[in-house]
Amino acid sequence: MNVLNFAHAFFSDSAHWHGYDGIPTRLTEHITYSLEALLYAALIGLPIGLVTGHYGRGGNALALLATAGRALPSFGLLVLMFIWIGFGLLPVMIPLVVLAVPPILVTTYEAIRSVDPSPVDAARGMGMPEARVLFQVEVPVALPLILSGLRTAAIQIVSTATIAAYVSLGGLGRYIIDGLYQKNYEKVVGGATLVAALALVTLLVFWALSRITVSPGVRRGG
Amino acid sequence: MIRIDSVTKRYPDGTVAVDRLSLEVPDRAITVLVGPSGCGKTTTLRMINRMVEPTEGGILLDGTDIRQQPVNTLRRSMGYVIQNAGLFQHRTILDNIATVPRLLGTPKKQARARAAELMERVGLDAALARRYPYQLSGGQQQRVGVARALAADPPVLLMDEPFSAVDPVVRKGLQDELLRIQDELGKTIVFVTHDIDEAIKLGTMVAVLRTGGRLAQFAPPAELLSAPADAFVEDFLGADRGIRRLSFFPSAELELETEPIVAADADAETIAARSAAPYLLVTDADGRPLGWSEPDRLTAGAVDTGQLLDHGRPFVPGTDSLRTALDGAVLSPTGRAVAVDGEGRAVGVVSQQVIGDAIRAAHSRAAGAADAAGAADAEAVR
Repeated sequence: MNVLNFAHAFFSDSAHWHGYDGIPTRLTEHITYSLEALLYAALIGLPIGLVTGHYGRGGNALALLATAGRALPSFGLLVLMFIWIGFGLLPVMIPLVVLAVPPILVTTYEAIRSVDPSPVDAARGMGMPEARVLFQVEVPVALPLILSGLRTAAIQIVSTATIAAYVSLGGLGRYIIDGLYQKNYEKVVGGATLVAALALVTLLVFWALSRITVSPGVRRGG
Repeated sequence: MIRIDSVTKRYPDGTVAVDRLSLEVPDRAITVLVGPSGCGKTTTLRMINRMVEPTEGGILLDGTDIRQQPVNTLRRSMGYVIQNAGLFQHRTILDNIATVPRLLGTPKKQARARAAELMERVGLDAALARRYPYQLSGGQQQRVGVARALAADPPVLLMDEPFSAVDPVVRKGLQDELLRIQDELGKTIVFVTHDIDEAIKLGTMVAVLRTGGRLAQFAPPAELLSAPADAFVEDFLGADRGIRRLSFFPSAELELETEPIVAADADAETIAARSAAPYLLVTDADGRPLGWSEPDRLTAGAVDTGQLLDHGRPFVPGTDSLRTALDGAVLSPTGRAVAVDGEGRAVGVVSQQVIGDAIRAAHSRAAGAADAAGAADAEAVR
């Protein structure tokens, strides 16, 4: 049996389409964990990235932090947090957020830093307050890059959120982990396929988001 | 009036950008700050809208220290134009221009109406209103930059090398446009450039700064050319300042000869009557110059226009300066310049000798005026 057969078998089994272990439930759980983690990561990463980028300071500290964040193995962190904190969503959220903050933070910082300085100078020179300079001049131009940082983070979260299943939570990881224990490869392949599909959907969502939010004056060529 | 009062800008590393500079910027005129790079001209400009704070000294606007009011209020009362325009690429042309009125709380609709008005004033096609900056040429972008600075109708306009990034032809167009707008609006303009020709063309007053941020000379452009304060200014003005000074002398008083002009279809009698002149200027039926010819080479009734010598670039007496007239005479193979009216019809010719006499007369008149002014000053001192 090849992978396609596994996948076909998994998705055509009607038992997988309802109940607490059904695809809709697991998918909803997975999306909920992912969105929650992305929200926290953005709440941390965006403001720090925007402010440091605007004032052009703290680049080195950020790079260090980002490298450290990326170097931490998510699974190891999960186990550590689980032992430390115990059951619950929190031990899952921490490694996901640690994973997602660096791309958001560093890309946002770089995006704001790389905005052409002359419109910024013009904006200040005509008496625009600093907050407006940031949000009305720098952010609109930096938006494509900022969104790409969020997209990278989102995709990493979606693929990594499978680890939630290790600590008895739901999500698409359930299929992969249970399948491995039960030597039910249909389930493993089905779960993996769903995760991959969700990652692709995430890409699509960000593409649509940037079509809607980025000004046509900025979008050209990109 | 803007009074720059003994202003110094020293950076923490000890570099002195501007050194005890004092300058009185006249109202409703263009004051140009010019000098080599590192002379502090941009720093001086940026101190006027407090983009840079002076280390010592102060700047007065209509007698009040500019630090008396909130910095953003000050900046909104001064238009600011920079090199490369610095347009907001995510906003349409119309919304770029409407920026300052919007900052000042003007409703969107009104601000856009005002922006449309300004597009017309700076010579931008209304069709560009909904475009984005990247869809415009460099020259058009710079016009938008000027329109944006004028949008809130500020009494003061600060311009930092606004035209230095565009090609010479576009630059000349922008300069002429600025002079035209200034004729209409009468703003107090402070203009920074490194191009002395631009300074002389645009400036009512020109401040030449030297490296280290010290004032070398502050004078009207004609005076700068006739009496540079020192070797630095003379050197900075460059070669042929004598020729360039002629731009300030009108050509209206040149004595034009009308004798040596003949129409292309002139008969033998007319040509013979005028053959005393070494060259005759042949014109078409409308009186526009075609070219020069020696009288004995002309065939009556049907001139072969292919045989004519090029007449060079004509000048318009009264509008053009002696410089243009002299240029026309120098370019012409016959040593004579052609004077035309507004429609391009030949109204006379003038030789290099006559232009030379006019230049000497203009020089002695200018010297007389300077002496009189000097005497008046001396009188006043007494």
